[in-house]
Amino acid sequence: MSQKSFVWLCLLPLVLVTTAFFLLPMARLVVAGAEGPHGLTGYLAILTEGRYRATLINTVLLAAATTGVTLIVATIAGMFLQRHRFPGRAVLIAMLTFPLAFPGVVVGFMIILLAGRQGLIGDLSNRIFGEKFVFAYSIYGLFLGYLYFSIPRVILTIMAAVQKLDVGLEEAARSLGASPWAVQRDVVLPALAPAFVASGAIAFATAMGAFGTAFTLATNIDVLPMLIYTEFTLAANFATSAALSVGLGLITWLILALARTFSGSAVAAAG
Amino acid sequence: MNTAGHGAAVRIEACGKTFADGTRALDPATLDIARGETLVLLGPSGCGKTTMLRIIAGLELPDAGGKVLFDGKDMTSVPIERRNVGMVFQSYALFPNMTVADNIAYGLKIRGVARGERAARVAELVALTNITGLENRRIDQLSGGQRQRVALARAVAIRPGILLLDEPLTALDAALRDRLRGELNRLLRALGITTIYVTHDQSEAMELGDRIVVMRKGAIAQIGTPREVYFAPKDRFVAEFIGAANIVEAPIENGILILPGGRLPIEGGATAANATVMIRPETIRVTDAGAAVLSGVVDSVSFIGNRQRLVVSGASSKLLNVDAPNTIQAKVGDRIGLSIAADAVRLLPSEP
Repeated sequence: MSQKSFVWLCLLPLVLVTTAFFLLPMARLVVAGAEGPHGLTGYLAILTEGRYRATLINTVLLAAATTGVTLIVATIAGMFLQRHRFPGRAVLIAMLTFPLAFPGVVVGFMIILLAGRQGLIGDLSNRIFGEKFVFAYSIYGLFLGYLYFSIPRVILTIMAAVQKLDVGLEEAARSLGASPWAVQRDVVLPALAPAFVASGAIAFATAMGAFGTAFTLATNIDVLPMLIYTEFTLAANFATSAALSVGLGLITWLILALARTFSGSAVAAAG
Repeated sequence: MNTAGHGAAVRIEACGKTFADGTRALDPATLDIARGETLVLLGPSGCGKTTMLRIIAGLELPDAGGKVLFDGKDMTSVPIERRNVGMVFQSYALFPNMTVADNIAYGLKIRGVARGERAARVAELVALTNITGLENRRIDQLSGGQRQRVALARAVAIRPGILLLDEPLTALDAALRDRLRGELNRLLRALGITTIYVTHDQSEAMELGDRIVVMRKGAIAQIGTPREVYFAPKDRFVAEFIGAANIVEAPIENGILILPGGRLPIEGGATAANATVMIRPETIRVTDAGAAVLSGVVDSVSFIGNRQRLVVSGASSKLLNVDAPNTIQAKVGDRIGLSIAADAVRLLPSEP
């Protein structure tokens, strides 16, 4: 057997798995999306039909907000955790990364325990103000849940990036008169930009497609994965749910690609 | 010494440094640096020289009781960003997200200097440090020597009161290091600014320093001009660290050093059962064996070009290094005479 055919033989399992579990279902999904009563225009429904478009905008805004707030919280926390040594640090890091182990349903359940009708916050506000604050089932509850499972993903990446920062750069900026704020703005954040793009992309994509948490909480909110689920199971509308699925994938991919190109120049400049 | 220089005079008073884990990096030290002077902190790694520099910079706080004064003003608790010091790091620490010009102008931008004035100052420094044409390059497009110049230009741009250099040439290869050393020397003389220069390289220290502070294990071993520390080292460590030195242990009788290869008159009429003396290899002259007071046998000859290094056995209890002119004919096994001026033999305190 020649070297070349041996290599092809080794690649065979990969080809089979990719075909069976990735290419075929994707192709079927794309075909199914065009099999509705409106044909190919079914794909445009995600943009043209009012309810779908509102849901799409909702989902994108929610994912963007989650990504933004996660980056802020995780950067501050990650920088602190990487730069300081104190008793209980290892336990704290373990706790912060704990949500990685939870499925979305459990996260949703925890949000209900916190801010649901029988939740901790409602209980507390009832005693203090005589009124129950309940926001678990709104977009705020969903946002909180997404934040909860996004932070660990981002914080680990940021901590690794902070560890690789050259402390000399910060000292040089300070010697030139830069205040702590200016050092962060001009030196630290630009150096962390690649880590922001990489971990932010994961947080965004996860928030766009998260289902478990939304399913547990979403009585008053529509996000795309929920919409797909209802179209599919309740309305048995195969074509529409397939078109929406493809749309969700494409739009997420497009936004991430844009973010990469946009930050690409900044990342390249950071050397 | 450049007494007409500018910048600030520096005084550190009883500055010691003990790190959180209990290691003592620097014993309490007091040091005065005159306005416009170039002071070199010299020593092997771990001797505390960088710690002392970082205390002066404001990157480390001295232990309680220590004080840092600029022009008589107590700066001990003033953070580095308000000390107006220019600093060059061993790694250069250039900002990778800025161009060469932006790096040089950064300190001015932070100080709110107007754009036009900034550009003029950058142009001035680019010319001064010989990097014209590189203004718009990214840092990763520069060679090591160019980075070193940018780092220096950036530190000087803010017209600092004190210039602090932490092993600025160590990261470069030997040939480039020698060339940049000369360039740096001219630049420092031209600027006339108070400069504190940290290095482990004694030839750098000799060429650049008005005075040298030799450090060892967190303490100051000797302070003096390059000539003082070279010709009159205080102890064996300084003698061996600066230049090449023959350290000879022998008894002295009425001002005569008693060696296996002869009797050598030295300065001072002391008598000691076991004295330690230093003899620089270049102060030993090779003479005829017959008439000489001291003689030995050539053990090896290394021809270096401008001179040759002879290793002589039998003259003292240990092998003696002799730097001879390159014209002398000496072969291994030859018996040669050695003559050493009385004032070239330096008595060192015996090690405890």
